Formats: sequence, C-alpha cells, structure tokens
Amino acid sequence: MTLVLTQLFNGLSLGSVLLLVALGLAFSFGLMNVINMAHGELMMVGAYVAYLLNGLFVRWIGPDGINLYFIPALLASFVIAGAIGYILEITLIRFLYGRPLDTLLATWGVGLMLQQAARQIFGAPNVQVTSPSWLTGGLTIMPGLLLPYKRLFILGLAVVCLIAIALYLNRSSAGRRIRAVMQNREIAATLGVATRQVDGLTFAIGSGIAGIAGCALTLIGPIGPSLGTYYIVDAFLVVVLGGVGRLPGTIAAALLIGVGNTLFEFGSTATVGKVLIFVLVIAFLQWKPSGLVALRTR
Amino acid sequence: MASPINRRRFLRMMATASGTAATAALLAACGGTAATPTTAPAVEPTTAPTTAPAMAPTVAPTTAPAMEATAAPAATSGEIKVGILHSLSGTMSISEVSVKDAEIMAIDEINAAGGLLGMKIVPVIEDGASDWPTFAEKAKKLIEVDKVSIVFGCWTSASRKAVLPVFESLNGLLYYPVQYEGLEASPNIFYAGATTNQQIIPAVEYLLTESKKTKFYLLGSDYVFPRTANKIIKAKLKDAGLTEVGEEYTPLGATEYSTVISKIQASGADVVFNTLNGDSNVAFFKQLKDAGLTSESLLTLSVSVAEEEIRGIGPENMVGHLTAWNYYQSTINPENTKFVAAYKAKYGEQRVTDDPIEAAYVMVYLWAEAVKKANSVELNAVRTAAKGLTYQAPEGLVTFDGENQHLYKTARIGKAQPDGMFEEVWTSGAPIKPDPFLKTYAWAKDL
Repeated sequence: MTLVLTQLFNGLSLGSVLLLVALGLAFSFGLMNVINMAHGELMMVGAYVAYLLNGLFVRWIGPDGINLYFIPALLASFVIAGAIGYILEITLIRFLYGRPLDTLLATWGVGLMLQQAARQIFGAPNVQVTSPSWLTGGLTIMPGLLLPYKRLFILGLAVVCLIAIALYLNRSSAGRRIRAVMQNREIAATLGVATRQVDGLTFAIGSGIAGIAGCALTLIGPIGPSLGTYYIVDAFLVVVLGGVGRLPGTIAAALLIGVGNTLFEFGSTATVGKVLIFVLVIAFLQWKPSGLVALRTR
Repeated sequence: MASPINRRRFLRMMATASGTAATAALLAACGGTAATPTTAPAVEPTTAPTTAPAMAPTVAPTTAPAMEATAAPAATSGEIKVGILHSLSGTMSISEVSVKDAEIMAIDEINAAGGLLGMKIVPVIEDGASDWPTFAEKAKKLIEVDKVSIVFGCWTSASRKAVLPVFESLNGLLYYPVQYEGLEASPNIFYAGATTNQQIIPAVEYLLTESKKTKFYLLGSDYVFPRTANKIIKAKLKDAGLTEVGEEYTPLGATEYSTVISKIQASGADVVFNTLNGDSNVAFFKQLKDAGLTSESLLTLSVSVAEEEIRGIGPENMVGHLTAWNYYQSTINPENTKFVAAYKAKYGEQRVTDDPIEAAYVMVYLWAEAVKKANSVELNAVRTAAKGLTYQAPEGLVTFDGENQHLYKTARIGKAQPDGMFEEVWTSGAPIKPDPFLKTYAWAKDL
C-alpha cells in the first residue's frame, strides 16, 4: 500500500519536474515555432545562478546564507536566463522566423557555445549547491511513506509557474498581445501591435522559465555544463505529446509521462520503462499527430 | 507563420528521431545481457594467443628500422613529442580535464628537472570531445601526423576500445589511467588503472566479510563497465552462496532516481553496489538522502565516485558511504604529501586529487623511467623497458606486470567524510597482482 502511494507520488513528482522543464519550451517552441535546442542550456544558466548566489549569500551573510539564497536565486535565474534569451532573440532568432529547421541548427550551436562557456568559467567538473535547510527532510504521511520537502517544493513551484503563466497570457494585455501575434501576426500588426517587441518578450519569458526550472532542479540533480542535455529530449517529448502551442496539453502530457514512466520503470527496468514510454508516445502521435490537445487549424 | 505544415513536418521528424532513440535503447536493453557473454570469449582468444607470440616476432624485425625512423628526428630537434588525448569538451570533460592537468603537471616537472635524455618533452594535446570516433581519429592524427612517441589518454572503456585498433594497426603506444572492467590486454596499451581484481573483487569481499552484508542490490549505468562488473560480482556472490536481491541499469545521464530508490527499499537490500557513472551519481545520492536513507540504514559502495565527483554531489549527501579505489587524497605517505601540495600549488587550493588523477600523473613518470632505462623513445625499446618497472607512487609502490602490462596496485576502501575527503577503512596492505582475465579465481572460470 505505502509502496503504491510512494510510486504515485514519485510519478506526480516526475510529472511536475517534466512540466517545469517543458513550460519554457511551450513558449519558444509551442507559441513561436522555434525549435529551441538551447532550452536546456538556459536551464543550465539558471542552475549556475543558484550556485553563484549560494556562494555570494554565504560570503555576505555567513552560514545562514544557505537558508536565504534560494528564493532570490529563483527570481534572479528568471531575470538572467530571460535576459540571455532576449539577447538571443534580437541577435539571432529574429532572422529565422518561419524556418523552424534553421532555428534547430542555430539554437543547437548556441547551446554548445553556452556549454563550453560554462566549462571555461566554472570548470568542467560539477559544482555543488547546498540546499536550504528548510527543504531537507520530508513529510511523513504514514510509516514508510515519506514525501521529501524538495519534491513537494518543486511540485508547488510548477503549479505556481503554471498559474502565473495562465494569468499572464489570459488576463494581462501584454499576454493577450503575445497570443494575438502568435495566432496571426499580420492581423495583430495591422491592429497596431509591435510584433517585434512581442517576439522578444515571448522568447525572453520562455527562457526565464527555463532558468527557474534549472534553478529548482539543483535541489535534486547535478549542476554542470552538460545539465541541459539531460532534460532537453524530455522537454520536447512533453510539448509534442501535449500538442504544440497548448498549455493544458502540456500539463496533461507531463503528468501522463511522469506517472507512466514511474509505473513502467517500477514494473520493468529503467531502460525498458523509457522505451515503453517512447513507443507509446510514437504510437499515440501516429494516431493523433497534433498531440493530446489539438489546435484547430483550417 | 505558425503554419500547420511546419508543425506536422516537425512532429514526423520528432517521431522518427525518438523512434531511433527508442530502438537504440531497446537494443541496448536487450543486447546488454546477450552482448556481455560474448565480450569475454571474444576478447580472450584474440588477445591471449596474440599477446605473447605476436609480440616477440614483431619486436625483433621492426626494432632496428623503426628506431631510426622515430628516434632520429626527435633527437635532432631536441624535443620529445608526446600525445595527450582526453575529452576536453562534452559530457566526459567533467572527469578528463583534471586527468589531463595531472599529465601536464608531470611533464612540466620532468622538464623542469632537466627533461628526458637531455631533451624537452613537448605535449601535443587533442580533444576527444566525449565522442568515440573522434578519439580514434585524433589517435590516428597523433601517431601519423604529429609522430608522437607515446599517447597518454582516454577515460571511458568505449573510447579505449575505439582507439585500440588504431594503436595496434599503426603500432602506437597508449598509457591508460582509469580503472576499468578488465578482460583486455593489448600489447599496445599499458594499463595504469585498476582491473577488477584490484578494486571490485576486494570491495565485494570487504562487504561480505567486514560489513557482513548479504543482500546486494546492483545499480549501474547502462554500458559495458557496469554490466561486466556486475557479472563478476554475481559470480562472486554465487561463490559465497548468495544471490543479488536486485539489479538495475539506468541510461547514462539519467537524473530521476525516485523509482529506483523505491525498488531498492522494496527489495529489502542492505547494501547497494553502485557502478553508476557521471552525473547520475549526483542525482542518485541527493535523492537517496531525500528519501530518508542514510549510510546507516542503507549502505552504498561506489566504484566511480572519487574526491572530484563528491564535490558535485555535495559531501553532506554522501557522508558515511563507501568507495573502493587504489588511492585517496588522504592516503598517507611522503610521495602523496608532495604530490597533493604540487597539484594544489599549480591548479589552485580548491582543487582535489583522486585515483585517476594520481594514476595519470604516475603513468607519465613510469613512461619517463622506461625511456631512461631504454635510453631511447623508440616504442619497442620502451615497451621492453617498461615491463617490471617499479615506481614509488603517491598510492605506494607500483609495478608494471611483464605479462599483461597492468599495474600492481594496493586496494583501498574509504568512507566519505563531511569535508569531501575519504577516510581509509581497509587496505589490502600490499600491491595486488593484476589479473584482468581473472584466471586465478576458480569461481570466475565461467565468465
């Protein structure tokens, strides 16, 4: 019984990790049709921001710094990764709209450059981020069922990001402009929307969310130059399965893949579980090529 | 702009791409068990007969002409070119950059002390880029274009297996610094890292006899080293009348371990033998601690986590867990004190030394000693001189075995400390004779 509940929680937790990783990509790839292979490296930027702030806070405040740095780090990683994304958009991606395959190659190259830059600046080995003490340990629901605070925090963070994005896109005028431009650029432009600015902003937000994801994942994963490469395939898998450009689809896909992966992995082995997930996703996309939630197109 | 054609085209592309990935993974998953039995017999017949006889005949005729060809230009230019071939970019650079640094340090030290045979050693550094065909290509370039006398390089077994045919066909010489899965003895490679009977087997014996563990869970990354290591561990357990309670392989670079940890808990294991490699270790140890498991409730013993890796994991996540190596930064002897101080002085106080770093440093000196003894940098002369050579290394006395070209090494078990260092809890005391094919172990005859 506790094992089933633990596994269910693990699935939910993996789903939230996948969601967090895929949310930023839902912007750049989902909304803008840019196959952003540098998404993982923008996550890496977020992780290194956490590392830097960790070090700075400990230096400024002393040992208590490790309890205080994390929330500022989340915000800073959003800002810094977003800024890098913005620069990337105005210097490179701007010239590649409507040519998705070219964006794939160009962003792949940018990703490699960012990786090597991290290697030059921080060194090739992994670095360590001390998790805040209020996130160590876990919530004991019953004997044998321990829900780690870090996992709960990531789950909560994914939900918060999701709500913030949904509110922004649906309730704010800036968000509405983004949707207008992404749905029909020409008409939005004739109605007086500055589409260039909107493009830059959209890509920056997507990159910023990638930064948040990278920062949060320092709690449970490695922090090194190749961090991004571990998550990029999963991120695309979630966005494609969910239906490109559909936020509800992304949520459903993340949870389905998360729970499915943990179940299959528990029933078989880690490798076979992964294979099963791939096979099922491919089979599903053969049946419904536009994903779980289809965007109606004429 | 967001035309449906693009989207559909992309979906198809993604499906094909992930399809290929899935097939590859499936093949790996299915092939793993099928492939491993073939490695042992395939390697053994080819190397065993060729090692001894092939060497003697080739040495005799080639010595004279080859010597003039390679030694002459080196002598006139007053420098000895040596190749360094490691991944300086890509996923393996995490480990290999430090190993390269250690080799450079040894070369600089030898040069500062007057060079070798009165000549200066000049390293030619190539980047294998964590890509095995690139390793083969760069090895070829080092031997054919740069005409280096020796190559120090590689980390993963995959890269070593990729360059092996190059070294054998072009008759080059490779010094290899990392512990590996054994079952190999090429006349063109000197192995400065431990083989299985100097690391894994002593570790299993320690867990059985000293820690009194009986329920082994075998966890590894999904490639040749963990699978071969686990095959040996299972044979060893069988010999002790035990069977493992679980065996699990995760893809290289996996970062999600909650399910694996649930499985370990459900299996009732009292020890995890960890052959995970690279970044997966960070995720595994962080998540193990999050699941409320400590070294007291569930002990782990790792064979690919050293001082360098523990910095990325965070020492507080690994306190009390065990590792098996031949050298620790904390190993006490005068050579090591000097080595650690020199390394930190050269590369920074925050840097640490570990087993592969030490092996890389030592093997450069072992090669230099062989060159001095042969009074030549010519390959066959060096190879003959290298056999049986001893050196007082930071890890203690090491000797190259004349037959299989592996080092005699002392086995050690260390316990992780809060400062990221390891406290030695057990040592074999004396260097263990390398036995890459486990010929001297009765229980290993079926492997």
